[in-house]
Amino acid sequence: MIELRVNGEAKSVDVAPDMPLLWVLRDVLHLTGTKFGCGIAQCGACTVHIDGKPVRSCQLAVGALGNRAITTIEKIGETPAGARVQKAWLDLEVIQCGYCQSGQIMSAAALLNSVPHPDDADIDAAMSGNICRCGTYVRIRAAIKRAAAEHA
Amino acid sequence: MKALSRRWKIVLGILAAGSLIGLSVAWWLIPPGALAFAGGTRVALDAYSGPNPTGVSTELKSADAVTRGRYLAALSGCQICHTEEGSAPFAGGHAFPTPFGTLYSPNITPDRRTGIGDWSDADFLRAMHKGIAKDGSHLYPAFPYDSYALMTDEDALAIKAYLFSLKPVRQTPPRNTLPFPFNQRWLMGIWGAVYTPSDRFRPHADRSPEWNRGAYLVEALAHCNDCHTERNLAEAPNNRRKFGGGIADGWLAYNITQDETSGLGAWSDDEIARYLSGSHVQGRGAAAGPMAGVVDVELNHASQADIRAMVAYLRSIPPAAGDLPAPRPTAAPDSPRAEVAAFDNRGKHVFEGACASCHGWSGASPLTGYATLTGSRAVNDPSATNVASIVLFGTERLTPQGRIAMPAFGKAYSDAEIAAVANYVTARFGARGSHLTAKDVAKLREGS
Amino acid sequence: MLDARTSRRTVLGGLGATVFVAGFHVPRAGAAGVADMEPNAFIRIDAQGFITLTMPQVEMGQGTYTSISMILAEELDAAWDHVKVEHAPPDETHYANPAFGVQATGNSNSIRAFWLPLRKAGAGTRAVLVEAAARGWKVPAAECRTENSQVVHDKSGRRVAYGDLVARAAAMPVPTDAPLKDPKQFKLIGRSLRRLDTPVKTDGTAVYGIDALPPGVKFAALMQSPVLGGKVAHVDDAAAKKIKGVRQIVVLDDLVAVVGDHMWAAKSGLEALDVAWNDGANAEISTADIWARLRKASERDGAVAKTVGDARKALGEGDVYTQTYEVPLLAHAPMEPLNCTVHVRPDGAEAWIGSQVLARVQRAVAKAAGLSVETVVVHNHLLGGGFGRRLEPDMAFVAARIAKQVDGPVKVVWTREEDIRHDVYRPAYHDLLSAKLSRDGRIVGWKHKTAGSSILARWLPPAFRNGVDGDGVDGAADVPYDIDNLRVEFVREEPPGVNTGFWRGVGPNNNVFAIESFIDELAHRARIDPVAFRRAHLGKTPRLKAALDLVAAKSNWGSALPPRAGRGVAVQVAFASFIATVIEAEVDEAGEVLLRRIDTAVDTGTIVNPDTVMAQLQGGLIFGLTAALYGEITVEKGRVQQSNFHDYRMLRMDQVPPINVHLIRNGEPPGGIGETGTTASMPALRNAIYAATGVALRRMPIDRTLIAGARR
Repeated sequence: MIELRVNGEAKSVDVAPDMPLLWVLRDVLHLTGTKFGCGIAQCGACTVHIDGKPVRSCQLAVGALGNRAITTIEKIGETPAGARVQKAWLDLEVIQCGYCQSGQIMSAAALLNSVPHPDDADIDAAMSGNICRCGTYVRIRAAIKRAAAEHA
Repeated sequence: MKALSRRWKIVLGILAAGSLIGLSVAWWLIPPGALAFAGGTRVALDAYSGPNPTGVSTELKSADAVTRGRYLAALSGCQICHTEEGSAPFAGGHAFPTPFGTLYSPNITPDRRTGIGDWSDADFLRAMHKGIAKDGSHLYPAFPYDSYALMTDEDALAIKAYLFSLKPVRQTPPRNTLPFPFNQRWLMGIWGAVYTPSDRFRPHADRSPEWNRGAYLVEALAHCNDCHTERNLAEAPNNRRKFGGGIADGWLAYNITQDETSGLGAWSDDEIARYLSGSHVQGRGAAAGPMAGVVDVELNHASQADIRAMVAYLRSIPPAAGDLPAPRPTAAPDSPRAEVAAFDNRGKHVFEGACASCHGWSGASPLTGYATLTGSRAVNDPSATNVASIVLFGTERLTPQGRIAMPAFGKAYSDAEIAAVANYVTARFGARGSHLTAKDVAKLREGS
Repeated sequence: MLDARTSRRTVLGGLGATVFVAGFHVPRAGAAGVADMEPNAFIRIDAQGFITLTMPQVEMGQGTYTSISMILAEELDAAWDHVKVEHAPPDETHYANPAFGVQATGNSNSIRAFWLPLRKAGAGTRAVLVEAAARGWKVPAAECRTENSQVVHDKSGRRVAYGDLVARAAAMPVPTDAPLKDPKQFKLIGRSLRRLDTPVKTDGTAVYGIDALPPGVKFAALMQSPVLGGKVAHVDDAAAKKIKGVRQIVVLDDLVAVVGDHMWAAKSGLEALDVAWNDGANAEISTADIWARLRKASERDGAVAKTVGDARKALGEGDVYTQTYEVPLLAHAPMEPLNCTVHVRPDGAEAWIGSQVLARVQRAVAKAAGLSVETVVVHNHLLGGGFGRRLEPDMAFVAARIAKQVDGPVKVVWTREEDIRHDVYRPAYHDLLSAKLSRDGRIVGWKHKTAGSSILARWLPPAFRNGVDGDGVDGAADVPYDIDNLRVEFVREEPPGVNTGFWRGVGPNNNVFAIESFIDELAHRARIDPVAFRRAHLGKTPRLKAALDLVAAKSNWGSALPPRAGRGVAVQVAFASFIATVIEAEVDEAGEVLLRRIDTAVDTGTIVNPDTVMAQLQGGLIFGLTAALYGEITVEKGRVQQSNFHDYRMLRMDQVPPINVHLIRNGEPPGGIGETGTTASMPALRNAIYAATGVALRRMPIDRTLIAGARR
């Protein structure tokens, strides 16, 4: 059994240690908000936070996690940055199909945690690993700036 | 006596100079043997007083020939070169591009028509020790018989027993594409006569048993010389700079001498051992490219005692100074904002889109130690050859923690982009930045 | 009807269904003993006044659930915060797209095709409610009006909520000819209302097909023959069976699948399988063969799609300019990889999927499972991108074939590699264009021959008539320019070894690219500015001319740019929308393209939701730019060479410039919008590069080696 700390709760899963966190979240814990997009850390749809940092869960072996805090899209709204990002996403109507947006929101929330007032280069650096096939990039950029502006 | 005529003086002078040049050329073309650096007294194997340094690991001494052969074949790396990606193991077809054309490895499964199923023990030994195939043709030294020549008959035949235990695969590799004169195999006979040791491995009486075991493993089986020692004009390893660094499939095989700066001198025994055993080593990196296969397909079969023996042997290699700087030991800043030596923005763009997710902005991977760049030789190599190669071709590791791979970006990213990202990576994570150009990348691409 | 409604309710109550609620969620009506009012297939009103709208078109990001709801709610005068929406079940009788006769979402026609039917449905329902209230009050219906889900009688000051009218109205006949609103009275249409589907997409609660988790579900990963038409020759599953969590290995004639407790077990099991294939007839096919055949086919006379005047005569003599243009095979690569969950039982089947063709999915599952269609229940979901890929039911067919071998429900998920290598690709097209210019720079003769797949011949056979694929010549037959002598032909040539299908932008993608590239070259020959040249030929298409004028002004057309930068323009009438686009781009010494700015002017007639139109343009442009810069599927030895985003590359955040969408508002009927940006972007970028470098690219994607070092 592997012990995990997911969204503040202790979880115990009977899986191989090399199993990527993504599949543990989706198929074992049924937290399906975290998405499978590529499986090779090239699209960012599977982004979660590990101790507040954005990490691609499709390439993260669950056995190596230990007691580090895993936060997923389902609970990111309970963090100040996550809530601001979610609100800005709706205010600026960023989302189209929405499949990549869990990952986009997780990356954006992590960005605001580390850089409260990001400039365009910061946004590029933090967000270019997240692919959006619908092409919502222009609005993502604007929404991040909006979310940052609402930060007192 | 009348002095020599002026004309004679000139003739003699030319002859003397010619011989000097000839001797120099010979000196240069015919370097010392792989183990010459060790000096001391060499004795015949049966005259050696220590434990027998040949054969399999202690644990397998009493195993049957097939089991022993599997171990020896693994450490000799047969599978890597005799397997084409996606094809049956040992069935050949792996391409060896050379400046003159492409060689393809033969099928060494026991298929009688397309493999080596009809080879006798004597045929097999002749190939392993002299580089001559069953039909009498001379093999190209892409097959490292100059190393295998040191292998005992017993060990070679154990490998044969193992190969003959495999399922025969009917598969004919593509024909070599070497033009004249490189397709004249008899020429290889001359090469073999000059560069192949005539004796099997002879232990060094004044070295430790562990060293002798390591020497046998490294030289007779693993043939590290093949890649890690530069080659001279005759394509023979220049053992005057033994293990000072060479080339493998277009990648740089780095200096593994005891040089503190460019080699392994600063690594601990344990670090070398863990690296060879398949781990990534914090602050040192992990095997990639051709070495990934060496570690994952060959050396992961080796017993820990044998790994230690190899380390002991490597420790004795004289330092060969190189031009690689000492790796930068510290991680880069976490923030992408930290400026690195001003390269064009394109390198950063490629990195933030395709690389940062796995490697992190600091170079310390948030996903796996295998993707950590800090301290790795490749990012500290100002030629950036291996950084560009891994971006072009990717790499795959079969680790104790499962399969870990970096995809090949070469098909979708341009030469200019790959040069830019390689320069960005070496500047951000390495000791000195590189100045790779799109043309350099194009060459690496072609060389594959 | 009954079946449809039964399964519709199953969707609502069933697992994996998504219910969107504007406002707040209430328990299902009917509990109080009052039956819901169901005046038509789109609207259901319960006694509490909640209005459930059944979506005849699917939501894949284009915002259609919101726009459809706005149209229905507009005519119904529904309280917007009492509207909730649900996915339609497979039901071709009630939910067929009027433009296709098939239950399908595509061709940017959701609003175009449903504009009137939905308005009529809303208006008829409103009329019934008014009638029910009037009867109750014993006043003439004409004295009543509606607002905010209430019927109001101003004379008496009375008002009644729709919910309170349900019991009486449910039994009353619904008029089919109720008057529609005057657009001047629109309260919802034309406003950028918040989308209904997006709140659940911010917190992980949205349910896509890939998220379906029926009780007891197992997970499967599959490997199909790497060569189209190949068969399994041999499978060694010894190693796979040893993997923890692997439950079953399914071997069918053309694929293998591993079923496990989770996707990781399934994927690991699949990797551990040793599979040998018989590649079959396509084993040696390469992209070079596909192109060679297409180019050869283009030498044939095509089927005539359109003639005006006498193009042969006009082009018969003098200086005729001829060029060819080519666009490659493309994969869709929606972010949600293909998937379908199926449970096959002896007496029926159930499927969970996000699809653009629900009824076809139902039939595919029935066929694969050997069941009759009416025993198959299909739950539709949100789509994690469609782009045309989900206009095919192949994933449902494959999943059902696997599920038939499995006890209990099984979720079959394509890895990204399988998704890209087994796509139904955008066809490769080869276009031959010829034109003659008069001395004063007017086009006097024009011939356009398009060669490529006919998707319609397979997808909607009746639409393939007389050798002409209407989609294949869409944008070419109806070229917007004033040309007196014109001939447009279509040559059908199906590529070997790959399947082809619709891809965002469909036929116009190819034709607008070829035409607008060619027009730029004609303008260059005529020594006339590209905007002025187009403008001079748009006499018969004033709406497009107006869009062109607007975008030229907004993009500062003609103002100075740095060296190696250029502006490119492209205009189009596609999907009944009139769009002019200017892209400003820079080409560096290495041939890398830097996008600087995009402006697009859009006349799409009546706009339901302006923000959605802008979003679709922004996204569609990026979708097309990705293809222009990177998109190409290649085949070697029958195998698709690309596999994932490292070699099938996507435009990323840091490459995207500001995109300014300029809306033109008018009262024309609504046009289509979802695909228009994609169609516009490729020629506009190509022409920007032409302006920046002088290099006339005639093939997509952009070949950097052709523009490296070039300088105008």
